[in-house]
Amino acid sequence: MENPRHWRLKKQRYGLVGEECPHCHEKLFPPRDVCPHCGGEAKEEFTFSGQGEVYSFTTMYSAPAGYEEYAPYTVALVKLEEGPVLTAQLTDLGDDEEVEIGMPVEMVTRRLRSDGDDSGILIYGYKFRPVMK
Amino acid sequence: MEERVHNESEALLLKPERKVGIVGYGAYVPRYRLPATEINRIWKGDTGGTPIREKAVPGLDEDVVTMSIEAARNALLRAQIDAEELRAVWVGSESHPYAVKPSGTLVAEAIGAVPSVSAGDWEFACKAGTEALVAAMGLVGSRMAEYALAIGMDTAQGRPGDALEYTAAAGGAAFIIGPAEESLAVIDAVYSYVTDTPDFWRREGQKYPSHGQRFTGTPAYFKHITSAASALMEGTNTEPSDYRFAVFHQPNTKFPTNVSKMLGFSKEQIQTGLLSPVIGNTYAGAALVGLSAVLDVAEPGNKILVTSFGSGAGSDAFAIQVTDAILERRGNAPFTQDYIQRRTEIDYGMYVRMRRKLAK
Ligand SMILES: [Zn+2]
Repeated sequence: MENPRHWRLKKQRYGLVGEECPHCHEKLFPPRDVCPHCGGEAKEEFTFSGQGEVYSFTTMYSAPAGYEEYAPYTVALVKLEEGPVLTAQLTDLGDDEEVEIGMPVEMVTRRLRSDGDDSGILIYGYKFRPVMK
Repeated sequence: MEERVHNESEALLLKPERKVGIVGYGAYVPRYRLPATEINRIWKGDTGGTPIREKAVPGLDEDVVTMSIEAARNALLRAQIDAEELRAVWVGSESHPYAVKPSGTLVAEAIGAVPSVSAGDWEFACKAGTEALVAAMGLVGSRMAEYALAIGMDTAQGRPGDALEYTAAAGGAAFIIGPAEESLAVIDAVYSYVTDTPDFWRREGQKYPSHGQRFTGTPAYFKHITSAASALMEGTNTEPSDYRFAVFHQPNTKFPTNVSKMLGFSKEQIQTGLLSPVIGNTYAGAALVGLSAVLDVAEPGNKILVTSFGSGAGSDAFAIQVTDAILERRGNAPFTQDYIQRRTEIDYGMYVRMRRKLAK
């Protein structure tokens, strides 16, 4: 059981909430409180739009513990339109959606896994899917 | 100010002290579709008719919480309000992911409505969503709140091989209730009709529901919907021809088609909101996702009659009128038909995997 850690991360994980640096105005994700661009203190919350594009991707055929039931699935580096790049699972790919570098994607909140067995908490978080329209 | 009650039937309506309406709405339907012919192939040796064409099936990473979050985000885009302005986040469903732990808190957290908000879950079989909607009208109508979010969403399951397996589907919609002046559609009145009827149930600890076979039709669905819709029209002094659109709870194609005829509505009036042939029975989401499909195309001034049905049993009937504001705000989020057309067909084997039917 690692409930306290999940509980602390929920805001960034459910809603893509990061930070904006008040000094150089770079947008930061994940939130880290010190701006990697100018070294200034950054604690202002910023909610990302959820729009981005695939920067690179790979398909996982053997999944790490806890994710087995979802394999095979695609993990991508997604470049958010506000700048940061993050790692996330792609979802809702269907049959007809060929994943490509540069493909526009949007954030959705989905079930990531169950913590432990069927009696554990469900862990939700961001994934990305092909833009709907 | 005291509102004068003109007749006895008007006194039976639920009408808030201040006028309220739908400030924002949003649909969600998952992308996977199981054709009903697949169920016939597995269970009926490819013979017999089917109650619908196909049904919507949620992905492995979807449940009532994730689907509600997306519908709620769509509703917020149309309402053009901040999630922190919501004073209630209520989720009506019979497939909440947890037996104990509300879906409402997760949805409220994900959309950014916490912590100054009431949150919780509603249960009344297929009318849990409209039940939440009526409560939201009360909260806003009494000025306890400016905005309240009510969601009807389900990922319904039928026992493999059971008649319900053809139709038990996933989807629903979210509605933000607010003052009438800001609304895309004003809700003029509601009428609720309830009796104790054992047509469909699920006992604690059972994975699949049970139903009273032929008992589900006449004394349950038809009796409650016709009673509620008729009383609403009597109380509001309206008749079927006053409504441009009508939406009824839709467990299949036949029931809503027949009940609309019994009440005097035409095929044309129910067509836009009749989604069960292509997405199945979305239970607590069914009447509400039908309403969202109607709001996507309705014109200012159009009247809409919506009547839900929940086993157990009861119906909520709503008289709704669309306002000018709908034209500028409904384009802010995906339409219901965008979700329906985003379609990936699956076979029974993939369905068994996606719905975890082999799990112990
Ligand atoms: Zn900086």
